[in-house]
Amino acid sequence: MNIRFVLNGKPLTVETPPDRRVIDLLREDLGLAGTKECCGSGECGACTILVDGDSRLSCLMTAAQLEGRRILTIEGAEEDPRLRTIQEAFVEWGAVQCGYCMPGMVLASAALLSRTPNPSREQIREGLSGNLCRCTGYQKIVDAVEQAAALLFRGHQ
Amino acid sequence: MTKPESASKPLQIGVSVPRADGWSKITGRERYAADYYGPDFLWAGVKRADMSHALLRELDVEAAKAVPGVTAVLTHRDVKGSNRQGVVFKNQPVLVDKKVRRRGDALALVLAENREVLSTALKAVHVRLEPLPPVFSVEEATMEGAPKVHEEHPTGNILAELTVSKGNGKDGIDECTAVVEAEFELPRQEHAYMETEAGWAYLEHDGRLVIVASTQSPFRDRSEVAEALGIDIGKVRITAPYLGGGFGGKDGCTVQSLLGLAAMHSHGRPVKMWWDREESFLAGVKRLSGRVRYRVGTNKDGCLHALQCELDLDNGPYEHLGGEVLALAVEHAGGPYRIPHVWIHGRCVYTNNPAGGPFRGFGAPQVVAGLEQVVDMLADRLNMDPVLFRMRNAVIRGDRNPVGVTLTQSTGLLECLEQVTRHPLWTERREWKRRAGAFKKRGVGVACTTHGAGYGPIIPDFAQALIKLTPEGRITVTCGVPDMGQGNAATFVQIAGHLLNQSADRLDLVLPDTDHTLPSCSSAASRTTYTYARALTGAAELLKKRILEQASLLMMAPSPDEFRLLPGMVRHLPSGKDLPLAMVARTMSPSQRECTYHWRAPVCREPVRMESVSTVFGMPHLLFSYAAHLACVEVDELTGRVQVLKYLAATDAGSVINPQLYEQQVQGGIVQGLGYGLYEDYVVDRGEGQTPDFATYILPTSMDVPDMESLRVETFEETGPFGLKGVGEICINAPLPAVANALADAAGVRISRIPMTPERVLDALSRIQSEKTS
Repeated sequence: MNIRFVLNGKPLTVETPPDRRVIDLLREDLGLAGTKECCGSGECGACTILVDGDSRLSCLMTAAQLEGRRILTIEGAEEDPRLRTIQEAFVEWGAVQCGYCMPGMVLASAALLSRTPNPSREQIREGLSGNLCRCTGYQKIVDAVEQAAALLFRGHQ
Repeated sequence: MTKPESASKPLQIGVSVPRADGWSKITGRERYAADYYGPDFLWAGVKRADMSHALLRELDVEAAKAVPGVTAVLTHRDVKGSNRQGVVFKNQPVLVDKKVRRRGDALALVLAENREVLSTALKAVHVRLEPLPPVFSVEEATMEGAPKVHEEHPTGNILAELTVSKGNGKDGIDECTAVVEAEFELPRQEHAYMETEAGWAYLEHDGRLVIVASTQSPFRDRSEVAEALGIDIGKVRITAPYLGGGFGGKDGCTVQSLLGLAAMHSHGRPVKMWWDREESFLAGVKRLSGRVRYRVGTNKDGCLHALQCELDLDNGPYEHLGGEVLALAVEHAGGPYRIPHVWIHGRCVYTNNPAGGPFRGFGAPQVVAGLEQVVDMLADRLNMDPVLFRMRNAVIRGDRNPVGVTLTQSTGLLECLEQVTRHPLWTERREWKRRAGAFKKRGVGVACTTHGAGYGPIIPDFAQALIKLTPEGRITVTCGVPDMGQGNAATFVQIAGHLLNQSADRLDLVLPDTDHTLPSCSSAASRTTYTYARALTGAAELLKKRILEQASLLMMAPSPDEFRLLPGMVRHLPSGKDLPLAMVARTMSPSQRECTYHWRAPVCREPVRMESVSTVFGMPHLLFSYAAHLACVEVDELTGRVQVLKYLAATDAGSVINPQLYEQQVQGGIVQGLGYGLYEDYVVDRGEGQTPDFATYILPTSMDVPDMESLRVETFEETGPFGLKGVGEICINAPLPAVANALADAAGVRISRIPMTPERVLDALSRIQSEKTS
């Protein structure tokens, strides 16, 4: 079926089976391999995308659920000043190691900072607890989100 | 936290520089082995065995071949080489030809147009297995007349058995005035890298096989694939993009030979294989489970006098360096202590359980888990402060370690312990413990560890660097050692920039490729940066010399010493004139612009008093890192939950090239170690995994771990590049016993079966409660 949605700021119509997993649609059909698959069962957060600004797991979504939505994947992040600030903070504060969880982590952080613009470290830890990372021990990710929040929150006021 | 320096200046070592791979990864642009697709790609998948030990009686692939969209179904009959993989003993079939030795063994390989077809076809492969009596534990495997996992293995189900003695050996314990005994059972730990085993492969027009894989060891894989599939090694090329995690679990073939075989039967089409999480858990290797028993005693002066250790490791069915894991465990079983009389006996045994293999720590976490608890118990018996007790017995340079090897290199354990004793978490621990809330108890625990770097005395441990100056005046660092996430690639860029005084934007990196980078050993054994950076230093210094010599010829200057390299240029100091580096480069021949250097790591030549059933490759080591860890925990008396609230690590890994990357290693290792101690257990029942996914196998999340403090004890290691030693593994050994010692300090209980789950803790708490009331 034809599914219409906005992907990284651009309106798009795709012809795809309605039950196609969104992660496969993105990675295989649309060539957006920045969205990572890690567990395929909604446990790890690596495949996080933003759907109308909320973080969602693309391995648990089907293509039909995209109809009429605004989708942001990591490939669209650099164009968004808020997301770019988060990305720069991750790199600068040493949150990146193997990097495989990072696209999901950045998008989950963006959703967190939308809900809670000036979070405590505990709130950051809670907000990212659905995103597994096996390399970093999370500390530098929390540092990075804290820094990004400070920059964005100050910029806002 | 450490904030990095600006990236636009010439790179320097000793300061935090943002990782060269940071931006491509954070933007999703970096392509991992799992990230390649193409319109003509085929998907390859594996039919796996659902029995633990069985003879293959029938393999009927006709129905699978008939599924529309299937292009080939391959079995062992299609494998033209040895059909065997492994590092020391090659005994794992690429595709089973005779016998299944664990659940998940590969029986057939299906190539299909897409994943849906693949899944249908895999179900259509008909297999008839005739069950054999299995062995599911070290006890079963070593009983008289036990079924053999490998009939041809000369020592039955014993993959490796090793006894080391020092001084009076086993008898030393009888001379002790205080002795403590304890036994611990250690779980299988799953690597759980975020990127599961993945890759793709194709045949080039001339028949050469190209494999792109998530691998820590492309050069060794090349030999393994060539031999297993019966291809000339010169016709195999393997490339290793950045890995989405490795931790030892990708040190050896996973998808490589299967992909190679698939590409040889795909009629020129590229083939992709990507294990899903459950397949990764089923077929991938795990940290070896085991049991460790200690008897450790002191003399009348309160010094460690004798140690006995017995260690059994369950290797599973195939040789994935299990013997070397055992050797490293035996070597580290006495820890970083001066102990005159030592007897250590270890066995690593074949079973029909899931496959064991290398995992960060490589045998050390299993023994450190036991030893450091026994050391605390001894200190308690002697009524001594556990840190002072460790300081009294800590090795210093020149001592002989527990296996009798003289410590000739930098040895900074005492400094690590001193840093811990000066830290507020230690000096103010009593006050902190008193502040525990209702139904909570707090405790503070310490553990020490050491970790040997490199492959030991026999297997050549080398790296070869190739560095190029391009006609555009840029520097290309080509590196044959993969980066599984630890940041060695970025560190190499930083070192090259430092030596050639270039900024990050003038440096490029070529990732491992058996055609375009020079052969180097695997990314493993806390030796990746230590070894490759020495080779790189040699190559970069040679290139610098050539550039300055060429500049002096161009300027008709009397000596290259009058020149200095600057970002993108060469400056003639007496005249102040700058030559663009590109201009100098274009006047050099291509061969002048390429510099290579080979470096082989030094090894320990001292003999160890040991008996072994086979050659011991992995020990002894020459070079050791050291660490002292401190954990502050709170245990909930109502639920048994142990929470780690604060954590401190003081590490001697020599000089530090990039403090931020160093902290990354330490923090990440601590959290994997906390997972090992508190949550992670790949449960196996009669050979079958009971925790097949992330819903049942529990990894630490951001909510489960504390902020950690990492202190650096920068001894200068004279054999290391710029004085560094390895930091990749030292950090994972001590968290388990540090937490266990903190739990004992808090509540007076020890959990002999790891992980220390709430159920086990609650059970132990209720036992001491009932002992008190009865």
